[in-house]
Amino acid sequence: MRLDKTELALVGLAVLLLLGGMVAPGWLIFLVTIALAKALVVQGVVMQMKAGLVSFGQGLFYCVGGYAVGMGGPFLGISAGLVLLAIGVVAAVGLAMVLGLLLTRYREIFFAMLSLAFSMILYGVLVKSQELGSTDGFNVNNWTLLGQTIAGGETATHVVFLLTVVAAAVVAFLLHRYYRSSVGMTCEAIRENEVRVEYLGLSPRWIQYANYVAAAGVSALGGGLTALAAGHVDPDMAYWTTSGEFIFIALLGGTGSVLAPFLAAIVFSLVRTYAIEFVPHAWQMILGFTLLGIVVFLPKGLWSLFTRHRPEAPVVPAAPQKTSTGGAGA
Amino acid sequence: MTPILETRGLNKTFGAVTAAKDLNVRINKGEIVGVIGANGAGKTTFINMVTGYLPPTSGEILMDGKAILGLAPRAITRAGLARSFQVAQLFPELTVLDNLVIALAAAESPHPSFLKPLRTKARVAKAEEILAEFKVAAYRDARVTAVPQGSRKLIDIAMAMIGNPKMLLLDEPTSGVSVDEKGDLMDTVMAAVRHHGLTVLFVEHDMDVVRRYVSRILAFYSGEIIADGPPDAVLADERVRELVTGHSDHKPAANAGAREGSSVA
Repeated sequence: MRLDKTELALVGLAVLLLLGGMVAPGWLIFLVTIALAKALVVQGVVMQMKAGLVSFGQGLFYCVGGYAVGMGGPFLGISAGLVLLAIGVVAAVGLAMVLGLLLTRYREIFFAMLSLAFSMILYGVLVKSQELGSTDGFNVNNWTLLGQTIAGGETATHVVFLLTVVAAAVVAFLLHRYYRSSVGMTCEAIRENEVRVEYLGLSPRWIQYANYVAAAGVSALGGGLTALAAGHVDPDMAYWTTSGEFIFIALLGGTGSVLAPFLAAIVFSLVRTYAIEFVPHAWQMILGFTLLGIVVFLPKGLWSLFTRHRPEAPVVPAAPQKTSTGGAGA
Repeated sequence: MTPILETRGLNKTFGAVTAAKDLNVRINKGEIVGVIGANGAGKTTFINMVTGYLPPTSGEILMDGKAILGLAPRAITRAGLARSFQVAQLFPELTVLDNLVIALAAAESPHPSFLKPLRTKARVAKAEEILAEFKVAAYRDARVTAVPQGSRKLIDIAMAMIGNPKMLLLDEPTSGVSVDEKGDLMDTVMAAVRHHGLTVLFVEHDMDVVRRYVSRILAFYSGEIIADGPPDAVLADERVRELVTGHSDHKPAANAGAREGSSVA
């Protein structure tokens, strides 16, 4: 199997992170773990953005992934961490397969608001249900990895970090391949011109559906890892501000590379951490100015810093077919 | 002989406006049919109904003798009826090569792969062959937004032809292209059409283009077909001259919308 530059960079970064994790302080490891886990949720947002849809409700699947980890112990008696993560992914995929039948009929603001509505419905159900933890949520029970009990403390922080780095690298690797695949490129084509995709003999709706379901699974994995790292889940995971945070990170990074959400999530975590540290009563304002600066100066996100000087493919000035240049295309 | 495309009693109304009235059309294999008519005559409505974009109010549409009415546009495309558009329908932010490669992958299977790369050597080679055939190879790696209008039209038509359709519907292939460049564009398109042995129906306002390339003309007026036959006969028809081409010695009807000259845009 031949690896391209991005794939090699992914492997290199994963190794660097794992090595760095051996010497970094606990707080930094925790911060990076949460950032990478949230970046996985953002990957789900970016998958949909590439297909022309903006989800204001990705917190729904983040929450499902998290609650599967939080509830797996007390409700199902399962302690295996990997199984808990898998349950979250399967539950999110199952839910997305149902919701997607409705959501993929809609586009633009209608899709955005419907996705938001479903996440808020889950939030409401969780808050009002004592059985589901109400506003307190759940603490994550002691869990196991390959038979070893992970009881919390420094060890747990390092194990979750390792798990998150590996999961992020594997998902990013697969997503990189996905974006270059027929479905991945067709998603971009749908964003550009759905009518043409239909007249090529494909179903834009079913491709959007498959993409939506896959994005839900990826986001749920991020939610599960966040739950393992934080040791707690609560309904705020499904609240609209959480989904807004994922869109913030997606815009911060841009859609130019599978690495962009990871970079953006780490920058976001650092900016927020230091903003809270230095301006505790106005940290939201710092985040607001950061987003403003990105939208104005880097509309294609932080990743465009690495690609903005790359020349466009040259257009041969003298085309063999003499044509006029007026009018707009599709 | 079973026609490739047949419509029976096709009607379409938009409220009080009748856009298509009792259209009975039979297109046989190998025919190159031109559709003429003033703006609003129902030409594009006809194409839109046949390709599943607009549902007719009543009537039947058959392809190779099988009903295709009610099928989704993608199903009609896969049945072998492809189309291009008045305004080229491409993927503007993607490269010309990727536009064609996506079309090639779509033609191979209605179920695209999740992990296999889109740009395979075979698809890229085929796309380059198509770019050369349509004389747009110079734009291989350019984004569509950087490509001139006439070349976009050619790419649009090339994409429509990729799935080896039985019949091709071209909606004003020369619109937006300057008068002296229409000939080059149509020569390129018709050479490809002949090479692939396609049956073609195209909407066109330029009577010189129509006269040069078609074996049969359908003349539309107010949603009806007022003449159907060989170009010389149709273009000499008094009603066509009066209501469509505007060449009549008689005073044209007040609402005909036709103008003097060879073009009725």
